[in-house]
Amino acid sequence: MSQATATTAQEPNLWGGGRSPFNVSYGKMMMWFFLLSDALTFGAFLISYGTTRFFSAVWPDANTVFKSFPFLEGHNLPLVFVSLMTFILIMSSVTMVLAVHAGHYGDKKSVATWLLWTIIGGIAFLGCQAWEWTHLAGECGGLWGTFTNVNTPVHEYQQFFNMENKEVANMLHTQPLVAMQSTHNFFNYFFTITGFHGGHVTSGVIFNILMLVNTVNGTYERRGHYEMVEKIGLYWHFVDLVWVFVFTCFYLL
Amino acid sequence: MNNAGIIIEGPNVAHSAGAEHHGHEHHEQHFIWKYIFSQDHKMISKQFLVTGMIWAVIGALMSVFFRLQLGFPDSTFPIMEKFLGDWAKGGKLTPEFYYALVTMHGTILVFFVLTAGLSGTFANLLIPIQIGARDMASPFMNMLSYWFFFASSIIMLVSLFVETGPASGGWTTYPPLSALKEASLGSGLGMDLWLLSMALFVVSSLLGGLNYISTILNMRTKGMTMTRMPLTIWALFFTAVLGVLSFPVLFSGVVLLIFDRNFGTSFYLSEIFIGGKALPHIGGSAILYQHLFWFLGHPEVYIIMLPGMGMASEVLSTHSRKPIFGYFAMIISLIGITLLAFLVWAHHMFVTGMSPFLGSIFVLLTLLIAVPSAVKVFNWLTTMWRGNIRFNPPMLFAIGFVSLFISGGLTGLFLGNSAIDIHLHDTYFVVAHFHIVMGVSAFFGMFAGIYHWFPKMFGRFMNNTLGYIHFFITLVGAYLIFWPMHYEGIAGMPRRYYDFSAWETFKHFQDINAFISIIATIVFFAQLLFVVNFFASMFRGRKVTTMNPWGSTTLEWTTPINPGHGNWEGDIPDVYRWPYDYKDDGNGGDFISQTTPLRPGEESH
Repeated sequence: MSQATATTAQEPNLWGGGRSPFNVSYGKMMMWFFLLSDALTFGAFLISYGTTRFFSAVWPDANTVFKSFPFLEGHNLPLVFVSLMTFILIMSSVTMVLAVHAGHYGDKKSVATWLLWTIIGGIAFLGCQAWEWTHLAGECGGLWGTFTNVNTPVHEYQQFFNMENKEVANMLHTQPLVAMQSTHNFFNYFFTITGFHGGHVTSGVIFNILMLVNTVNGTYERRGHYEMVEKIGLYWHFVDLVWVFVFTCFYLL
Repeated sequence: MNNAGIIIEGPNVAHSAGAEHHGHEHHEQHFIWKYIFSQDHKMISKQFLVTGMIWAVIGALMSVFFRLQLGFPDSTFPIMEKFLGDWAKGGKLTPEFYYALVTMHGTILVFFVLTAGLSGTFANLLIPIQIGARDMASPFMNMLSYWFFFASSIIMLVSLFVETGPASGGWTTYPPLSALKEASLGSGLGMDLWLLSMALFVVSSLLGGLNYISTILNMRTKGMTMTRMPLTIWALFFTAVLGVLSFPVLFSGVVLLIFDRNFGTSFYLSEIFIGGKALPHIGGSAILYQHLFWFLGHPEVYIIMLPGMGMASEVLSTHSRKPIFGYFAMIISLIGITLLAFLVWAHHMFVTGMSPFLGSIFVLLTLLIAVPSAVKVFNWLTTMWRGNIRFNPPMLFAIGFVSLFISGGLTGLFLGNSAIDIHLHDTYFVVAHFHIVMGVSAFFGMFAGIYHWFPKMFGRFMNNTLGYIHFFITLVGAYLIFWPMHYEGIAGMPRRYYDFSAWETFKHFQDINAFISIIATIVFFAQLLFVVNFFASMFRGRKVTTMNPWGSTTLEWTTPINPGHGNWEGDIPDVYRWPYDYKDDGNGGDFISQTTPLRPGEESH
């Protein structure tokens, strides 16, 4: 059933019908179009975030908000933890590539091993995110719908801003409520968008576990191909790619 | 790694596999699998159609109720109390429920009838059978698409019966009316159900759209090149692309709205005081929601229009016994409309305080849509020119479609200009414009499709006489209803008002309003005539005796009169020519089927 024999029997015209013009199964094509659709969902979120931020006079400073590391509280380690998270997620993409590659060779054992590593990477990322959320919600007091009370003392949100910047410091002195409003919006978007991304990672981990079970049970071996791993692989890479944008928007810019 | 070096490819991507599993589909299926949880694209299309028709009757009845209020603000209609209970105590519609009715009428007609009911029906029916496929790429996902739509429908239906009424902030559900639960009666539970229902609707539309796109790209029969596809398929293809790319943005907008409603965020809410007390929402922008909404909302009107355009092209060509004029121009204009659909959304927002410079760019892009639209109109007209026209109901509705598309499209030029739009915004001119162009016109496309493909769906014809009555009442009625509204709108009469008698300026429109309401009621009953015709013809209609009753060239008419699951008894036919060869076949016939090989010396189109 290799496609080489199937295509030579057809007329040479790729788009002539009777075959897939892209040499892909419908499932893979649907996955591509789904990812395109999902990209617009994330795009809409990030653009909403961007416009809100653009119209704000001040904005919390990522280096100041994200400076903690588990067990090393008190040290100023800006963006170190999120770099670790990002590294873990990108490594899980690498292991996913290896799983897909092993699938091309029908190497059941390697597929299972690499899928397992991918699952571990995904769960590690989610664990990191859980820590970061707890840290922000606990010690910083930021969550959906926080920082709306006009009587909030300035020092409670001053900790998120780069006070070394004169303009910012001046703004917090003269118009602290503008800064509080930005803090409110910052956390609203941060938790919504990273939460939506985390939801994607969670579903990816669940898909990976299902595939691992199927691989170990030999379902794909009997089917003769590991295309399902490839399709979920596309999804997994996409979720990683989205993280790159989320990371850029919330931590770097 | 003893088998290293042998690269295993994916599953066989040529779909000849479909032919193999065909054949064992003929055994008797249980009622549940055949009619309810069916995976046959033809049955799913009928499910979409019937659900859409039920919604259309509900939505249209709502419009009759609020038209009675608008036409006769001083009278009472006890029959309304029978239907609406306390919402129309003593036969007088309450203001709260008036808004709920207007909102639900829009939501139901735009999403449930003209999106799911229209492209759900015809994409499912026509895509596999016109491109030469046994079924959709994934029949299972196709079934899920219907059932998500069904769940979404049930939730919306339930919302009509909750104590505080359904959502009532307009079908666009702008915040803060939709974001603050205390803003109006319908902003509470009704709005929650609306959001839940729409989220499910997006899932349904996504599942369907992915299926339509991959089926068209991957499953065409041998010889069915992209440029031999009927224009219906091209139109449904771009409809699906529009849906897949625009609904996710609405989804994001809805998610943010849900957070604003339930989790104290302020994405869309800025400083709001109720009863002198500040709400704990700061720093949001209601305009942000409008951008997210209209990024879906504008492509959505083309999601509604394109299927009708495709079907009108097919029906006009078939019943004029002439090739479609400008086949490639038709495709290119569809592409143009699809691209522009994503670049014009802010013309719904000219009065939101947008920069006039930005507004002028959106004016330019909006007016550009007139070019592909005009190309299509002229192509339809020239297709009919000197044709051997059969004035049967599908053809009449297709001609009506073109007429309404022109009338409604011309007023779009007024509204697309930001300077004129400032005056016309939110008046009855807008109501008239979009009802003619994407309401009635899209409905005419749908009716043309139903009358034309009814023989394929049920193996019987619909009654012609009832069809003629239905057509003339609806066409004349549509113009009588919406034409006067243009004048009201130019005079500044705003939409969404409950009672105009309080305004000296609008008092003299009272007679026109009453006239419109009477015609609207008559047209409503004409639609019931269609519903009766539809269901009666399903069982008692004249039977189709030949495989190709319209003398049509496309593949669906090469299937048996009542095709089973799998569509063709034997092999799927190959295709040799384009779908509009309405010409002398050399044997006295006036058309050549797509499955007929080119004659010696004959040039392909």
